[in-house]
Amino acid sequence: MKLIVEPSPHIKSNNSTDKIMLRVLIALVPALVMAVYIFGVRALTLSIVCVGSCIIFESLFRRYIRKDTNIDLSPAVTGLLLAFCLPVTLPYYMAIIGCFIAIVVVKQLFGGLGQNFANPAIVARIVLVLSFTSEMTYWVKPFWHRDDIEIDAVSSATQAVDGITAATPLMLEAGEQAPDLWNLFMGYHGGSLGETSEFALLIGFVFLVATRVVRTVTPVAFIGTVALGAFIAGADVGLHVLSGGLVLGAVFMATDYATTPVSLTGKFVFGIGCGLITLVIRFFSDMPEGVSFAILIMNILTYYIDKFTFPKPFGAVKEGDKE
Amino acid sequence: MRTVKIDSHAPVIISMAHGIGAPCVPVVEAGDYVRTGQLIADSDAFVSAPVYSSVTGKVIEERNVLDINGNLTKALVIDSEQKQYLCSKIAPPVINTREEFIKAVRASGLVGLGGAGFPTHAKLNYDREKYKVDTLVVNASECEPYITTDYREIMENSEDIIAGIKLILEKCGISRAVIGIERNMPSAVRLMRERVQSEQNITVKALPTYYPQGAEKVLVHNTTRRIVKEKQLPYSAGCIILNVTSVASIARYMETGIPFISRRITIDGNIVNKPANFMVPIGITLGEIMKKADLRLQPDRIIFGGPMMGKSVYDLETPIGKTTGAVLFFKDMPTDRATACIRCGKCLRACSMNLMPTEFEKSYEMRDIKRLRKLRVDLCMECGSCSYICPAKRNLTERNKLAKDLLRDN
Repeated sequence: MKLIVEPSPHIKSNNSTDKIMLRVLIALVPALVMAVYIFGVRALTLSIVCVGSCIIFESLFRRYIRKDTNIDLSPAVTGLLLAFCLPVTLPYYMAIIGCFIAIVVVKQLFGGLGQNFANPAIVARIVLVLSFTSEMTYWVKPFWHRDDIEIDAVSSATQAVDGITAATPLMLEAGEQAPDLWNLFMGYHGGSLGETSEFALLIGFVFLVATRVVRTVTPVAFIGTVALGAFIAGADVGLHVLSGGLVLGAVFMATDYATTPVSLTGKFVFGIGCGLITLVIRFFSDMPEGVSFAILIMNILTYYIDKFTFPKPFGAVKEGDKE
Repeated sequence: MRTVKIDSHAPVIISMAHGIGAPCVPVVEAGDYVRTGQLIADSDAFVSAPVYSSVTGKVIEERNVLDINGNLTKALVIDSEQKQYLCSKIAPPVINTREEFIKAVRASGLVGLGGAGFPTHAKLNYDREKYKVDTLVVNASECEPYITTDYREIMENSEDIIAGIKLILEKCGISRAVIGIERNMPSAVRLMRERVQSEQNITVKALPTYYPQGAEKVLVHNTTRRIVKEKQLPYSAGCIILNVTSVASIARYMETGIPFISRRITIDGNIVNKPANFMVPIGITLGEIMKKADLRLQPDRIIFGGPMMGKSVYDLETPIGKTTGAVLFFKDMPTDRATACIRCGKCLRACSMNLMPTEFEKSYEMRDIKRLRKLRVDLCMECGSCSYICPAKRNLTERNKLAKDLLRDN
């Protein structure tokens, strides 16, 4: 009789990294469905291109550095999140460049899963915005695809054509009418393909909380800070919360394990910080949208937040304390 | 299901060391004939409990054995005869004072049955000048999965438990006792509540079911809201904490004079048809127990103790010691490869000591002694919760143990 000898514990929970990643993917499905409904089938093909190229980049790089090529679902999550940050009209090659930046530059060069200091999808989005500014800020109107317009014609257009493009609600010029709250909430407005429908994102959020993948603390602190700041500044709270990438960023990016603090206190601080930076960028800079930069800056500060929010061990006595 | 008493039909192997405490020296030799309950080994050290023969028969040999912790210890191999006789010297002890009581508890050979096996008399013999102990915490929070020995003790011997508590309170001058039981054993909570109804100073506290509820510092906090500071014993929080079966065993010894020679063990695991509790003689070998266990298949993993903190056994000759609470038989347990840490923080929230296992692991890999010290890996009690919860299947608890050893060696 052969007996296995191993250190305790001898039983393990049935949770696994792949199960967590799968749950995140499932949580993103409602937003994907809404994206296809609002922006057309191209939203789906763009997502597939992103997911596919992320998985290919990940396995090619792992093979190149002769590491374990048995990859998990994490590049799929990165790919889908990146796709959600892109305008539906973005040429595929640009999306693939974004995937390369996310997977190879931001994730693998820093050591792969769990070792990257910044969120791959967010850095890729920022790089794309800075490199291909006009394509990355070309917003089509919801349901534009029903008007029979060729994608090539749209993406090569440098001039905004009346009736096709729509500013995201945060970029409205004076006098322009913002969509009402219901349309904002359901996502019937211009924006990146996965960020517009808060309705769908919230379904995903509830699923993630119910399956214990994420904690509510970061999204609540993040969105709460932005809402409170907008209220104090006298701005339209509904517009600030429901437009732009706030909910997508708060639910799916500010809760990324690798790039955010581990303790609950740290997560709270992280959320507040993200909210404050978002407000500063939205109110005081030329950029209409600050969520991605806010999360990136807080990603960089995560090491320090972690350092100052270590939990106090139970019963520990600090040196110098009276016993 | 009631505890089933089983005998050994093969020689028993009785170790000279059971848990914490100095190993004993045999007082019998090979060839001697010993009776059940006869003293076979003792030590001059105070923190050590004597060892008695659990069977009647001839001492075959003195042998060196590897215990499940990997330590080489002496053991006596005693043949178990068909007819068993109780040693003629056995008589209930006469006790009046605290000193006599503690001496009698030592003579019973009892060690803490919750796990570490600290000799019970040494625990009762605290410095009364230094510590003002006012609470006896009775640990009935059997938090490890599978094990049900303490539950059976409550259901079968609740009078002994109450008698033991009263004895300890009276002889040691402690004013009250709290029995901490997890809520997942409602019948045990109900039974003990009934039993303490007429008692002024004994209460039953139903505690939430979670692992490790039965850990000393956790239980003291959850029953009394007092915190045992690091490097301190529960006395510093005015508490003395004893396992529920230990308490009942004290009462039984004072009544009968029969020393601690048999114990209850749980037989369970994923290939056991009918989980059971056996009352077995100390020193019975794993092979003998396997014959009595109702197994579906040949096991590929056998654990002495609970699945969270128990030890893997690799030898069918391994004997049951005074502190062995369970024998678990498993086959084809999922063995997932460890993957990269994704910093999910689940280990932090699983740690009942508020430590950061994932940071320990990283610091240990870098042999960063300074940081390990700062993170307080020394406070880890190796409960296994972090390894259990880890979705990346990393062996965090093992690293914690290695890190603690590293600190100790430096």
